[in-house]
Formats: sequence, structure tokens, C-alpha cells
Amino acid sequence: MDSLALGADLEPEPVVDEHSTVTLFVNGEETTLTVDHRATVLETLRERFGLTGAKKGCDHGQCGACTVLVDGRRINSCLLLAVTQDGATVTTVEGLADGESLHPVQQAFVERDALQCGFCTPGQICSAVGMLREAADGHPSHVTPPDTETGPVALDADEIRERMSGNLCRCGAYPRIVEAIEDVIE
Amino acid sequence: MTTQAPQFPGAPVVRREARDKVTGTARYAADRTPAGCLYAWTVPATIAAGRVTAVRAVDALAVPGVHSVLTHDNAPRLQEPDDPILAVLQDDRVPHHGMPVALVIADSLEAARTGAGELHIEYERDPHDVTLTEDHLGLYTPEEANGGFPAVRNRGDVERALAASPVQVDATYRMDALHNHPMEPHAATAVWADGHLTVHDSSQGSDKVRGSLAQAFGMDPDHITVVSEHVGGGFGSKGTTRPQGVLAAMAAQHTGHPVKLVFPRAQLAEVVGHRAPTIQRVRLGADLDGVLTAVSHEVVTQTSTVKEFVEQAAVPARVMYASPNSRTGHRVVALDVPSPSWMRAPGEASGMYALESAMDELASALGLDPVELRLRNEPATEPDSGRPFSSRGLAACLRDGAARFGWHDRDPRPAARQEGRWLIGTGVASATYPVLVSRSTASAHAAPDGSLTIRVNATDIGTGARTVLAQIAADALGADPAAVHVDIGSTDLPTASLAGGSSGTASWGWAVHKAAADLAARLAGHTGPLPAEGVTTTADTEQETAEESPYARHAFGAHFAETAVDAVTGEVRVRRLLGVYAAGRILNARTARSQFTGGMVMGIGMALTEGCGIDPVFGDFTAKDLASYHVPVCADTADIQAHWIEEDDRHLNPMGSKGIGEIGIVGTAAAIGNAVRHATGARLRELPLTPDTLLPYLL
Amino acid sequence: MKPFGYARPASTDEAVRLCAAGPGARFLGGGTNLVDLMKLGVETPRILIDVSGLPLDRVTRTADGGLSIGATVRNSDLASHPDVTEDYPALSQALLAGASGQLRNAATTGGNLLQRTRCRYFQDVSKPCNKRLPGSGCPALEGTHRDLAILGHSPECVATNPSDMAVALAALDATVLLVGPEGERAVPLTEFHRLPGENPDQDTVIRPGELITEVVLPPPVPGAASRYRKARDRASFAFALVSVAATLRVAAGRVEHATLAFGGVAHRPWRARRAEAELRDAPATPAAFQHALIAELAEARPLRDNAFKVDLARRLALDVLGELTERQQARTG
Repeated sequence: MDSLALGADLEPEPVVDEHSTVTLFVNGEETTLTVDHRATVLETLRERFGLTGAKKGCDHGQCGACTVLVDGRRINSCLLLAVTQDGATVTTVEGLADGESLHPVQQAFVERDALQCGFCTPGQICSAVGMLREAADGHPSHVTPPDTETGPVALDADEIRERMSGNLCRCGAYPRIVEAIEDVIE
Repeated sequence: MTTQAPQFPGAPVVRREARDKVTGTARYAADRTPAGCLYAWTVPATIAAGRVTAVRAVDALAVPGVHSVLTHDNAPRLQEPDDPILAVLQDDRVPHHGMPVALVIADSLEAARTGAGELHIEYERDPHDVTLTEDHLGLYTPEEANGGFPAVRNRGDVERALAASPVQVDATYRMDALHNHPMEPHAATAVWADGHLTVHDSSQGSDKVRGSLAQAFGMDPDHITVVSEHVGGGFGSKGTTRPQGVLAAMAAQHTGHPVKLVFPRAQLAEVVGHRAPTIQRVRLGADLDGVLTAVSHEVVTQTSTVKEFVEQAAVPARVMYASPNSRTGHRVVALDVPSPSWMRAPGEASGMYALESAMDELASALGLDPVELRLRNEPATEPDSGRPFSSRGLAACLRDGAARFGWHDRDPRPAARQEGRWLIGTGVASATYPVLVSRSTASAHAAPDGSLTIRVNATDIGTGARTVLAQIAADALGADPAAVHVDIGSTDLPTASLAGGSSGTASWGWAVHKAAADLAARLAGHTGPLPAEGVTTTADTEQETAEESPYARHAFGAHFAETAVDAVTGEVRVRRLLGVYAAGRILNARTARSQFTGGMVMGIGMALTEGCGIDPVFGDFTAKDLASYHVPVCADTADIQAHWIEEDDRHLNPMGSKGIGEIGIVGTAAAIGNAVRHATGARLRELPLTPDTLLPYLL
Repeated sequence: MKPFGYARPASTDEAVRLCAAGPGARFLGGGTNLVDLMKLGVETPRILIDVSGLPLDRVTRTADGGLSIGATVRNSDLASHPDVTEDYPALSQALLAGASGQLRNAATTGGNLLQRTRCRYFQDVSKPCNKRLPGSGCPALEGTHRDLAILGHSPECVATNPSDMAVALAALDATVLLVGPEGERAVPLTEFHRLPGENPDQDTVIRPGELITEVVLPPPVPGAASRYRKARDRASFAFALVSVAATLRVAAGRVEHATLAFGGVAHRPWRARRAEAELRDAPATPAAFQHALIAELAEARPLRDNAFKVDLARRLALDVLGELTERQQARTG
């Protein structure tokens, strides 16, 4: 016996539908597809849509490499089951640029060399885009002083570092990432 | 060719794949899904020693979508591989926890994972021993440590010199295992077609991987192509061939389909190597002026029962400081643990933590400034070999760093500065890393349309190899780097060495420089239009790299840290980290800075957050995922600066460069630990410096 | 992960009905812990009942001036809600101290309360664990337990509750509203999570088929200040070694009102009732705080490798109470 998991009992499985049809709006394009309930948004983007920008670094919401924007909010796509996202708008790193013109966050990452191996980069960039929106919407962070006025939060380096801490970078590009985001804010 | 002024190496050229990486179009090994691709999920051993006695696959095979289950019973037979860790699914032996014992192959990742959960494996357990102690009965002195260094070196009479020294330090430093954890898990996509095997592998050197696969599968290397176009970091863990390519190729052979295999994050720690835990005793003897009379660095570490790997932590003490008496040695014990291997600056990172902490202890004992102590012990020649240094910039780094950091205003008294609830301290440590270079080949091609192409099987693991190779070629050709096309990352290209040992740029760059210079000469002598096939030159640096240098060649550096320790909780923050490096010529200031600071960030992790024990009962690493093994996050960093001193060293390579990928982590943990000592008065000799370790020393 | 069915009910009644219809049903909120555990094989639901779309996503004032928080309100929205930042800052601080921006955007109030321990043995199905498989044993007791409990544990289980939010809710006297096959009921948050005792498989008092619909906060205590602080192994994105939530009102140098809860120390958010009793009407001085905390932590039974948590809890709470006292005095003085 190698597994001590619960649920190894032998009662017959009830017949349930293990697939569903969902419609996703991915990078501006509407697609209806049938998904295995076990499939995450990450797996679906990568293996069904061929959008391999979002990366699987840990598959458990612990690294942020899979970050995409769902209905405008940054989220770990590895923990999001595709079946739950019927009707959702998903923006991946492939959908940020405007034609040949890079998104300002992408451009700043290039100029600041805010990347090395590049594996965490799509997640970093989507996270930064979502984070800038959160700050503009007045969301405080762990380092926002408690008595801060409501309204858009001014992002200094400490704010950026705290808010970007859900995206690991093993190459240690953090100092450059912070500079890149500061450039965008300016 | 171009009318633009050439940009010589050193220019901060933007890395050329940056756009691909920020738009998500750069493809990594797992980003390939060939038609008909199946997905494999590895099943790791759940015991630390023993053997697999039975595998019941009936439930797994009944899972819809599961294609097959490979175990040692039915997996393709391999030849004896060039690295014993690659002998996967070949027999029933389990040498350590986490060893792959089965592979479930299915038409979707979900089905493969589900199938793995339904696999029933029975084991016969042997007693296991996974605990390193400094008096372990199995400790022995190996022939060599990693890198081919002799395990033991003695000069003079250390014991006598120590006994006669008016000032002595005798301290033992400990570190648990550290894990590389590149953000890209090790992945491979394998395709067999018409007797040809193509593997997209996340490796630091696809020629190495091809060699391993050829050996394991008994094939002619010409029938294998390995591609490592973009690699999501490696830090040593992808520098030797890892089992993913072997397993994917076996699965593809068995099923007749392309197979993609990505090691789950929680399995990585036990299959891709790790920095072995070390117990390091450092003894220093000095006269009252701080001049060293004896240096002893004795390392105890562990290896696996599969292969011998000895972290060469005592080796940097053979390079660093003058002393007439010296002993540096390693002892190792083979335990029932996963095989340790390379992790960023193996030997230097762990060894310099101990040596540079001990130097700080000596400075305290002497009442001498720690920068000054190091300056007083600058050797005229390499202490161990007596060879002259090709260049040695340590003193310059220390002086420059001290000036930039504001070191001279430092109040040396420990535990004397407080800002609110933060205790403030500063610390310094030296860094060193050897200059390594390996044979490579390259070609340079000029087409009739004026385009230039460099071909070399270099690997870009995040260093910016394409960019700097274009700069080197452009320099030799008098061209604009933007006009030079660079093809890397495939065994279809001229054979080259791996991205490891901070040797990539020197090794590939040398071959590229040679081919490009040759091409430049050919073009200079050519009149009229180029022939239709263009002009191609090839280069091989076999001869150049085989020559033993009469010089001791190392990069040096100095790290300065300012830390704040929360007097309430013991949490440590690195407020400032400043590195100054003497690493020959810096070929691209932009990408070089990123490599230096990146190493320093990993050093923060080594100092404060990283470390992993082994569970004595189950024999597995206790922190296998990224929630429990704490690599630093953005909030762990603050003001991090890298500077360098221009060195004109003619004894290196045509570019005059030393490697820069690893030195950033060397000594960083010591600088931080020394700063914590300065902040709190607490001399901790074990990493990482987590809150629980500091609390007993706080009021 | 075993195949499973999926349903997306339109109402709480339908959700409860669906859940009661067959064994192996699990409610799914943001999925940040449940999907994680399904991948690990720890959770093997046969059907997921997705409640994230239920109309439980509002934060509203209650008639008495308290706050009603819908079960599907996302952690990030709750943390930035003006009523929370204004009147219950400790709750906002706790939420923001937890996880990452991405996870907070997905995680729900109800799901956060039901998240499982991060004990490594619980998360690894190849190992025994009384919480996952009752009767199989607790390797953590003698194994890796630096991050585990010092209070209220049992020989069967030394796990800790990982939530930051729940610690603040415990100090704020929150109430959890549930609806199930037998109707609705309200459970004080401090009684919602259990101590492990002999059946550590039960994290909470929730009954089969019950769904969290709301968390209700009483009106803020007039004049009281609140604070949440957390000590951890890295600067962000790490679970608490120890955390402290407190509310305090000081007048004329004496404690008029105090609540205190610890995180990271027990199988549930640890409401420090003994310390609170000691604090009531005591002088608002470090000595009195110290006395109260020592009284509370006297019952701690640390394991081999986590005795530091006793000291850390005391130090952190002492500092938080001192900070709140200072703020009160700054405001009134």
C-alpha cells in the first residue's frame, strides 16, 4: 500500500459527467470548448490554446509563474479549474502587446533587463499589470501604513516589492523588476 | 555590411531574446507539444532504502486515458549510463527516497497524474541512514573533491603553528542542504522518428545530454538531436544530464508516441541534485597584527550510495589568504540520500561562508577592522600552488566597496545601533571563483547578402549568451552586433561546452572569437562578390584550452551588507547589499549586472531563508515544495548594487573575461551573517538565520 | 486527481441540496487550497459544487452597526473594503499578511476559514497522518514540527491552522453563519475551529453538507484600536511562525477592553482568554501585559523543535499591546 489517501474505498463510483463545455474569451477571442473537469486554466491555455507563455513552475500556487489576468485580476491559473471559468475573460502575456507595440510593462522589462532565464517573466509581467490596477483602485498592501488616505496607493519600492512577492524569480532579477515597474509608474 | 559604428564588448546591449521572453513566445522544453504527444508522470519511491517488490498497475491502467505504465519490469533496457543517476527503471533497487520507480503515460496530464495516484507499489524496506554527523562512522577521505581537486592538502605544520599563535579562532559552521529550484522544472519532450531521437530538454548543455542519451540507449550520437533553446534557469542542476530526457525517450520508445515529461516541483529536490549539507571546522591562527600563521579548513559532508560527489568547500581556502601553514581537507559519508551535485558555486559558496565568517571572528578577536584584516593577508602568489596570479583584484574590490558602502564610518562595536525596533549592523566578506574554460567549436558564416551568422551549441540559461556572443563576434568582425545572427541551443550546431562553472562565455566566446577573426581575415583578403555559398570558417579551441596556464586564475570580489534585525521577532532584513567584483573585462554591462545581483539575491536566500533537512524516519527532504522551501521573494530584497573593477588580464582568453555567473553568491551569506553579528552581538554559526535562531540572543 | 463531477448551483438552497445528494461532494470556492489538495491526492471529491457564483459576495453593514461578510467575498476585496480598513483594520492587516496578491484575488472568506493545515505529513499521502487517515499515526509529533502547535495539541495531532484571517476574526468576536440540510445556525468563530483531541480529521464543527454563507462582525468597540502582526521565515508570502491579533482600549492608563488571539500556535486560532482576563482593568503597562501573556502561555506544551514559538508569541503580543497602547495614548493625550 503506497497511498494512505482517503477515498481508496471500493464502493462503486456514481456516474457523473466529468467534462463540461465552457466559453472563454482569451486575449479577445471567444472560444467554446469541452474541458476535463480536472483541467486547470493553465493546462488549458498551454495544451489546448497553444498559449505557452504562462508557465508551470510549481502547479500549486506557490511561485506565480502561471499568473494571468482573469476578468482583469491577476490570478494563479494553475489553481483555477477551467470548468469554473465559463464566460471569463482571460488575458495572457501573449495578449498584452498592441500589435508590434509592447505593453509599457513589457517594454520596461526589456529596457531594465528585468529578466534572465525568462521563465517567470510572463507571470511577473501579468502580475505587475494586475498589481498596478489594484494600487490604482486603492487596494492597500501589507506595507501600506494603516493611516493612509483611501484612494490610489502611491507605489514606492517597498510597495512594489511586497505586492510582487507572489512571483518568485530564482535568477534574482528582483532589483531590475522593481526598477522596471517604477519606470512604468513614472 | 553595416555603416554603423561597431559596438565593442562592454556595451550594455539589450539581450536579444528579451522581446520573446516578455511576450511569452520564447519556447522552453515543456512548451513543445508535438502531434500525438502523450504526457508522463513520474512516481517517486516512498522509501529511503530497499527494493520494489511489486507494482500493481491494474487500477492505473483502468484510468481512462492512461496508455501505459513503465516500471523496472517492462521499461526499455539501457546500457550502463555515463552517470549512475540515469539508470532509471532498470532494477528494483531503491537507493534513496524520491527515486523514480514508475512512469505513468497518458493522453493528458490529468489522466497521467490520476493514474499515478492509482498505482500500488510494494516495497521491501532496508534500514536507512540519512543523518550526517561530524563523527559518523562511515566518514572517509575521498581521493578527490568536486572539480578534480585533491581532497586533502597540507603545507607546513598547522597544529604547531596554531598552538603558537597568540590569537586563534576555532569555529564550526553548519549548513543544511540547499536546493537549486530553477523556476523551470526539469522537462523533456522526446520524439522518435525513423530511428532518430529528438529531445527538447531543459539542460545547461545539450551536447552533454546527447552524449548521455547515446550512451544509455546504445546509439550513435548522430542519430540524436537535443535542443535546449530557452532554459528556465539551472544553477547547476541542469549541468549534468538529468533523468527527464532518459525517461521521456524511454516512454516515447515504448509507446511509439512523442512524450512530454515535466518533473513535478515537489519531486525535483530528490532527482536534480542539491548542495550537500556541510559541517565545516575552520581554525585560524594569527599574530597580534592580524597576519595569519595558520589556516585549517576541514569539511565534513555527505554523498549518496549511487555516486560520490564531494562538495569542495575547503578549496577556496587554498586560494584566499597567505599563510605559511595550511590544511584543507574533506571527508564524506555515503548515506541513503539523493545524490548531491552542483549548485551555483559548489565549494566556493559553502566554503566561503565558513572561511569568511571565521575571518570576521578573527577580526573581532583582534579588534581589527575586517577589511583591514583581509588586506593584511593578501598573498603574493596563490598560497596552495605558489603560482602567480594572472590578476588578483581582491584588495581593490575591498577598498572600492568600502568607499562606496561607507564602511569607514562604521562603529565596530556590536549591538550598538538601533532604529525603532530594528537592530542595525554591517558586515563584509570576500568572494572568489576560479576561471574555468572548456573546449568548444563554432562556425562563422558570411553570406553574399552581407549577413553574418555564428553557430555554436551554447546554452542560454538566463545569462544572455546570444547577446554577448554576438558582441564578441561583432568585435572580431568589426561589425554591428545587431547584424550578427547567433544560432545556439541545439546539438545540430558545432559542439560546445555547457553553461556551468561560470565558463560559458569564455569557452564559447573563445571559439566564436576565433571563427569570427578567421572570417574577418578571409573577408579582408577577399575581393569581389562572395560566392553563392558564402564564406564559412570553423574554429576549435582544443589546443588553446588544453594548455595548462602557468598562472593562478580567479575572479575576486567583496560583499558588503547592512542588515536590520527585528529586536522583537528576530526577523532579519537585508537593507543594503553591495558587491564589487574583479572579473576581467565585463563584456556586457547590462546583462553582467543582472548576473551579479542575481547571485547576491540567491546569497540572501542562503543566508536567511533556505535550508532543508532530511526526515530521519522517512528519509525524504522535509521541504520539497516552494511553500516550505523558502527561496527569497521580492520583499526579501532591497538596495542591491553590483560594481566592478576593470581588469586588463592578458592570461585568460581573447576577450579578457572571467566568469561572472557564480561569484555573486560567494561570501554573500557570510557578509550577511557578519552584519547580523554586528547588529546583535550574536555569532551564529549555522544557516539559515531564521527568527528562531536569533530569538535566544535578543533581549 | 480523480475525475469528478461539477455543479454550479444558483442558490444556497440548491447548493445544500446538491451536496446532500451524494457522498464525496465538496463545496468549491476560490479553490486555492482545495485544488491544491486534490492535486496532492489529499482531497478526492466525486463532485465539486461551485459556490463561488452564489450571491454571497457582498460586504454590508448590519442593523446594529456590525459587518456582514459574504462567504464568497474575495480576500483581496475584503482587505481593501473601506468598512474593513476603517473599522476593522486588524482584519485587513491579517488578510494582507497572508499568501500573495494572486491568491488573495481568488481565495474566498468561507474557503479561507476551511483551509487545511500545511503540516507536511498531512499533505503527503505516502505518509501516515491522523488528520488525513484517522488511526494511521502522527509522525509530526517526533518528526518535522518546527512550524506546528505549542498549544492545545493532542498526541494524535500537532497541526496548526494556517489562516491569518481567522486569527483576526477570532480577536474581533466574529460569528460564522452556516446553512445545511437541517437549516441555518450561527457559530462563534472561536468555536468554529476545533482542537484536535482524538479526532483531528475534524478541523471545524461544520456538519456534513453545511455551507458557510456569511461571517458577521459585531460593531467595532468604540475607541478601541486593533492590530495584526505576523512573524515569518521570509519577508512575504510565507505562513506565520506566530501571529497576533489584538484589540485594545485604554483609558486613564488602564485597560478597559482587550481581546487577543494567536495564530500559528494551535489547531485553531488561539483566543487568549486567560490573558484577556488578566488584562481587564489592569494598568496598561509592559509589566502587566507581560504578566498576562505569561499566564496565557503557561499552558503551552512545545514540541522538541518549536519552543521558540512560546517566546515569540509572548514577545510579539507584548509589542503589539504596547503599540496599541501608545496609539491610544497618542490619540487621547
